[in-house]
Amino acid sequence: MIYDVINNLTGSPVLSAVIVAMLPLFLFILPFALVAVYLERKVSAHMQDRLGPMRVGYHGVLQTIADIIKLIQKEDIIAKDNDKLLFNIAPVLVFVGSYAAFAAIPFTSIFIGAQIDLGIFLIIAVTGLVVAGILMAGWASNNKYSLLGAMRAVAQIISYEIPTILVVLSLVMMTGSMNLYTLSEMQTGYFWNWNLFGGNYDILQKLLLIPFMLIGFIIIYISTLAEVNRTPFDIPEAESELVSGFHTEYSGMKFAMFFLAEYANMFAVSAIVAALFLGGYQSPFGYLGNLIGAEWLVPIEQFLWFTIKGVGLVLVQMWLRWTLPRLRVDQLMTVSWKYLIPISFVNLIIIGLITIL
Amino acid sequence: MSFESKENIENKSGVRTEEMVLNMGPQHPSTHGVLRLEITLEGELITKITPHIGYLHRCFEKHAEAMTYPQVIPYTDRMDYLASMYNEIGYVIGVEKLLKIEVPERVEYIRVIMGELQRIASHLVALGTYGVDIGAFTPFLYCFRDREKILHLFEITCGARLLYNYIWIGGLSHDLHPDFVRLTREFIKDFKPNIKELNNLLSYNKIFIDRTANVGILPVDTAINYGVTGPNLRASGINWDLRKDDPYSVYHKFDYEIPVGEGKAGTVGDSWDRYYVRVCEMEESLKIIEQALDTLPDGDIASAIPKRIKPPAGMIYSRVENPRGELGYFIISDGTINPFRVKVRAPSFVSLQIMDELCRGHLVADVITILGSIDIVLGEIDRE
Amino acid sequence: MKKPEEIFQILKKKFDKTELIFKTDIPVEPFIIVPALEIDKVCKFLYEDSELEFDSLVNLSGVDDFNGEKAKDDSGKETMKGGTISVYYHLESIKLKHKILIKVSTDRDKPEVASVVEIWRSADWHEREAYDMFGIKFINHPDLNRILMPYDWDAGYPLRKDYENPEFYQGMKVPY
Repeated sequence: MIYDVINNLTGSPVLSAVIVAMLPLFLFILPFALVAVYLERKVSAHMQDRLGPMRVGYHGVLQTIADIIKLIQKEDIIAKDNDKLLFNIAPVLVFVGSYAAFAAIPFTSIFIGAQIDLGIFLIIAVTGLVVAGILMAGWASNNKYSLLGAMRAVAQIISYEIPTILVVLSLVMMTGSMNLYTLSEMQTGYFWNWNLFGGNYDILQKLLLIPFMLIGFIIIYISTLAEVNRTPFDIPEAESELVSGFHTEYSGMKFAMFFLAEYANMFAVSAIVAALFLGGYQSPFGYLGNLIGAEWLVPIEQFLWFTIKGVGLVLVQMWLRWTLPRLRVDQLMTVSWKYLIPISFVNLIIIGLITIL
Repeated sequence: MSFESKENIENKSGVRTEEMVLNMGPQHPSTHGVLRLEITLEGELITKITPHIGYLHRCFEKHAEAMTYPQVIPYTDRMDYLASMYNEIGYVIGVEKLLKIEVPERVEYIRVIMGELQRIASHLVALGTYGVDIGAFTPFLYCFRDREKILHLFEITCGARLLYNYIWIGGLSHDLHPDFVRLTREFIKDFKPNIKELNNLLSYNKIFIDRTANVGILPVDTAINYGVTGPNLRASGINWDLRKDDPYSVYHKFDYEIPVGEGKAGTVGDSWDRYYVRVCEMEESLKIIEQALDTLPDGDIASAIPKRIKPPAGMIYSRVENPRGELGYFIISDGTINPFRVKVRAPSFVSLQIMDELCRGHLVADVITILGSIDIVLGEIDRE
Repeated sequence: MKKPEEIFQILKKKFDKTELIFKTDIPVEPFIIVPALEIDKVCKFLYEDSELEFDSLVNLSGVDDFNGEKAKDDSGKETMKGGTISVYYHLESIKLKHKILIKVSTDRDKPEVASVVEIWRSADWHEREAYDMFGIKFINHPDLNRILMPYDWDAGYPLRKDYENPEFYQGMKVPY
């Protein structure tokens, strides 16, 4: 619908497609990243029995803006022996890899950035760009510690993409479509029809599927935690071991880009998990708009529900970060290769069997 | 391929390897001060570690020869700045034995109370920063919240939070504040559930156990040969505590136990044991403080402070049980008002030598784990 | 639990050729004086004998006795000629719970003491510190460098009584 509006406005399908794909980026994600920085500091502060930012604005609300202004006016330091081209491109790649995934995420039923049939495939492929960006950043910094951090990050992200993909595959097998929009539409009804509880099928299949869906949910949540380098998997940016890992040498706006990219990434993976398992933008209880007869209210409510689910999962990620200690590199690899991959593989096979029968 | 020298191809499998030297420099968030560790790595495994110290050397021993005996006490504070009361107690006990003066009972009891409170405060710092090194940020703030209460108790007694100059030769500088006993009892009541919370959050956390169990195992014989004392030695399984085995002050009047490492989460003497022994010691210190508060005698604290402190010529080695181990003062006096020689046997100085032996064959991430579990303070190592 | 007199008797019986003195008149505790170059053999015996079993070296400290003759050297500075530097060893047995103090004296102008590193590994850094602060050379020590002062400090040994700070170190002015 919005696509048609813009198409009428500009008259060129290509331009309007580009604008429609970039709308969620500027209207939602960029402000969200700014809010998420503030949210993380407040959440961590209250969990640690202190207050967090309190002075800038009412209860510190303007803290992120102050941070961004500070980072913009900082000197951009490039050391003499750094590889200038790679050094400059790396943050851009990481930024792009995180933000471009939002084009295919269904925010509400009437608007999706880019209606592609290969939604999930696109998202997973684009987030792979982040790996290249991190490796470039570590190498171009000309610093032993940064290189170590970058190599660990790459190993971690690649190892944890496999359980993610296996779980996504199992879901795709069950529902038969890779388009996230279709997936969300299939989970209409009350929360009983969400994929976490078996999807929109008859009762026997649902009951059989529920335990495996639960396992899949846990596995994908853990793997996506590792993909965004959050504790307990934050070896690449382990402050107490390698002093910030692969982005040690960055200052000013480039550092801000890494930073914002991390928060956007967090929301992206939460959104994917929500779309896959928790019903996307569907409400668990039916729509207020339908109840009072105002049809135009429904998409707005769906948007609200989607945001609530996404932000809820992001808050759980923050909760985990400030509670758990960090895993060592070899233990991280063990968890992925020895535990998550076999379990998700078996999960895949069983879900496939249940779907066929 | 043709210009590779013969020395490089030594490895049996024909792969050319070399050792990398990594420097965990004097400025690093996890080395607990200005310590330089020169780590020789082969891949990610460590083959040798050389600690380089001396960045915080402030010449305490030379200063002590130029000061009078009471003037040395603020200098002793600044060596192990996280456990200042014990530095003062060790020095003062030595001088009192040389002077052959007997302090009143009330003074002894107050010294014990202050010492045990200081032990809890020091262990809280050790455990909190150990959590931060492993990656758990929240227990650090919980530990420091409790430590604030202890520092408040010190502040109302002598006016300072970290470096006190409170224990004088022959007595104390101030008597207890009228509110001290009530506030301490409140603190004890509040602190016991906090230890349980710390255990749930950190000690029995599966990830923490994976990081610390079976890492840096210190066998008993090696520990004794290297001169390691304190919680590091007790974690290796042997029950040796100066408060029971070589008693000083009035410790023989209290009923408490000495926690010994048993290898509950891994092997005896690994990093988890060293961490857990400290947690248990905090509980035992609470017992001692309670008993001391219950039986605190009255008296005048300034009655035994001599006017001129001029010990006869002689030498003495006095030692106390620091939170980090055995702190010893070897004081030689030659009959004048300045000490002739004061040598400090700092426990962290001796414990740091085992880093090389413990870290061989581990990964780089384990260096931080092992260093944090030994609990060093650079002020003590470099002898101020 | 053995008293210092008994320990001295056992030592005297074993080392009847070396000169061992038992001093009891200096407060607070008695101690045994051992010649400087025999200290490693004596310590080895103390470590291995089943009745004594001193398994832990608690402290090793150097002391500048400052008991030579005061002399004025060419530039008018007061220095000391002759005299002794001592090293005190505090030994303890954790198993049998007794302790002993041993003193070793050597020349101030050329101090040399046998090293006990092979017996107790904790002597490693203690001896390095004694070398750094007093200039005592420990024979057979594997790595005798300065430990607290910078590695290339060449202006003397700081804890000697007649030590003076140099004017410059590597181009930086030393006196405050």
